[in-house]
Order: sequence, then structure tokens, then C-alpha cells
Amino acid sequence: MKRKLPWVLLTVFLGVMVAGLLLGEYKTVLEKAVTVCLDCIGIG
Amino acid sequence: MGAKDNAVRKPREKRSWYQAAFALGINAWLPSWFKGEIFQGGVKGVCVPVLNCYSCPSAMGACPIGALQTSFAGLRFNLSIAEKKFGLYVAGFLGAVGSVVGRMPCGWVCPFGFIQELFHKIPTPKVRMPRFMSYFRYVVLATMVVALPLLIVDQFGFGQTWFCKWICPAGTLEAGIPLVILNTDLRPLIGFMYYWKIALLVLFIGWFILSRRPFCRAICPLGAIFGLFNKASLFRMAVDDEKCTLCDKCYKDCPVEIKIYESPNSPDCVRCLKCVSSCKFGAISYEFLGKREVAQDLRVKSPASS
Repeated sequence: MKRKLPWVLLTVFLGVMVAGLLLGEYKTVLEKAVTVCLDCIGIG
Repeated sequence: MGAKDNAVRKPREKRSWYQAAFALGINAWLPSWFKGEIFQGGVKGVCVPVLNCYSCPSAMGACPIGALQTSFAGLRFNLSIAEKKFGLYVAGFLGAVGSVVGRMPCGWVCPFGFIQELFHKIPTPKVRMPRFMSYFRYVVLATMVVALPLLIVDQFGFGQTWFCKWICPAGTLEAGIPLVILNTDLRPLIGFMYYWKIALLVLFIGWFILSRRPFCRAICPLGAIFGLFNKASLFRMAVDDEKCTLCDKCYKDCPVEIKIYESPNSPDCVRCLKCVSSCKFGAISYEFLGKREVAQDLRVKSPASS
């Protein structure tokens, strides 16, 4: 029997990811990622 | 069919090469190590499906747990200024990866999982981690990654990345120690938090030596998220009850100490496939996109040789 749930989940989450990208969230993640995270290294 | 055919490398023997190659691949910007800076290229907004600190000097991608916390920590401020940033990109990325392979990135490509396996090779008496501790990673996820960054905010509405700040030993090992060694400007800023994280890292390393991948099993919030997809992902493990003799060879070899015959798609399973090649009876298999596979060494045997 072919399982449908994984395909439904994949479609939904890809949609969520694309929505995030369209809202400009890539830039938000990038801005955080290119700055030294003082919390991460124990100095924040 | 001769010995040459049976010498096909098993998946488990190749796994450390995949782990090493991916660790190097996502931390490939080596010039940063000489400058004491971090890589700042435009591709760094791409999330990687593993726990890999984005403040590691050579990291070329974004840690999804760090990015997720940052989204939650900034959510109330963003809402207050009507900025539509909800963390959908990161949440969607994690869900999409989980829907396809579940927790497989933990077993095959996570640098921090690899580091734990390397430390565990140090010959000492070993200790089994009590099974109930594996539930603790959900507590870490719910509190340190979601609730605290979202609920405890300053007067402007900004929260903190609690997991990164108080716990994450990957950040200390991959970023904290190297950056402080390489960048003299950071050294005067060292205080209690830095020593706290170093002490925690030392304790974790001791635990890595004694137990099998304890951080992945008891603490890692990324593993907790991916594990939720194990039962519903496209990639599936399966056990043939008629072939399984309950010999527990798979249990003894399992890097996360699970009995796969009890629950083939347990949220604890990192899908390293060690059990597939351990099983002498071909009882354990995996399925992806309708294709089922058993261990390579069993598959290459001809009827004449068996």
C-alpha cells in the first residue's frame, strides 16, 4: 500500500519553507549567521 | 561467487567517511581560521540539517537550531513592529528534511554525532545510558529552544537563544574555543559564561567517552525534531519478524542502544543502518521510495555460495 502521509508532510513543509523565503526570512537567518554569535561561544 | 564479491564494503564501514566528508564540506572555508574571523558569504543563510555552530570560523551554513531560536527570540519584537518574520523558512526546512529521511542526518552527516562516536572509541569501561533519559531532549526542545526564547523578553521584546547560550557544547567546541584562540579581541570579554560552557563541554566529553552518543539521545533538540518524523518519513526501517531470532546483535552494535526489532521506526533511531549489516539473518531492511534493501553482504551471496 502506498503511504500518503510522508508526501503530504513533505508538500506542507516545502510550502511552509517557501512561504518563509517569500517573507524574506533567508535574509534574517543570513544576518544572524554572518555575525559572531556571542551567546554561542559563551561570551554573550 | 568468490571472496572478491563478498568483500563489498558494508554501509557501516563507509559511514565514517560520509561523516568526515560532510563535516569538512559544511566547514570548508578554511581561510577564516587564519584570520580569526567567521565566513560571511551569502550562502550562509542556507540551513544545514545538522547541529553545526554558525560561529565556527569555517562554517558555510546556518545551524537550524540557532536560527530557530533566533526566530522565536525575535518574534514578539517583530510582531510589535508588524514585521512578518515567523521562522517559517527554518521550520519548513526541518519538516521537509524530516518528512524525507527522518533522523537519518544524525547518523550519517552530523559533525557533532561524529565527534561523539570518535570520543567513544577511547578504550575505557562503558556505561549504558538509562533509557528514560532520552525523553529529556523533548524537555530541552520545548523549554530552551521554544518557550524561554519566546516568553522571557527584554523591554523591546527581544528574547535570548537559551540553548546556544547555556548548553550547546557544539558551539563551545566548534566556535568558542577556536575564536578565543584566534581572535585576541575576544579574550578580554571572557567571563563566567565562557567558563560555564567550557566546564559543561568537559563534562559532555567525559560522557561521550563513557556512553554511546549521549548528547544525541538525551539533549539534542534537532534530534528530537527529526525523530518525530521517523514513523512518518519516506525512508522507513523494517524488521521481518519471521527472520529475526532476537539474538540482539543489532542491539549490541547500535550506536544509540535501541532494540530495533521492538520499534523499527523509533524516534531514537539515527538510521545509521549499522543494524542492517549486523543482522546475519537479513531480518532488518530499509525502504525508500518503494525500494527495499537488505545488507549488501547478504545481497551479493549467490544461491551456490549460501
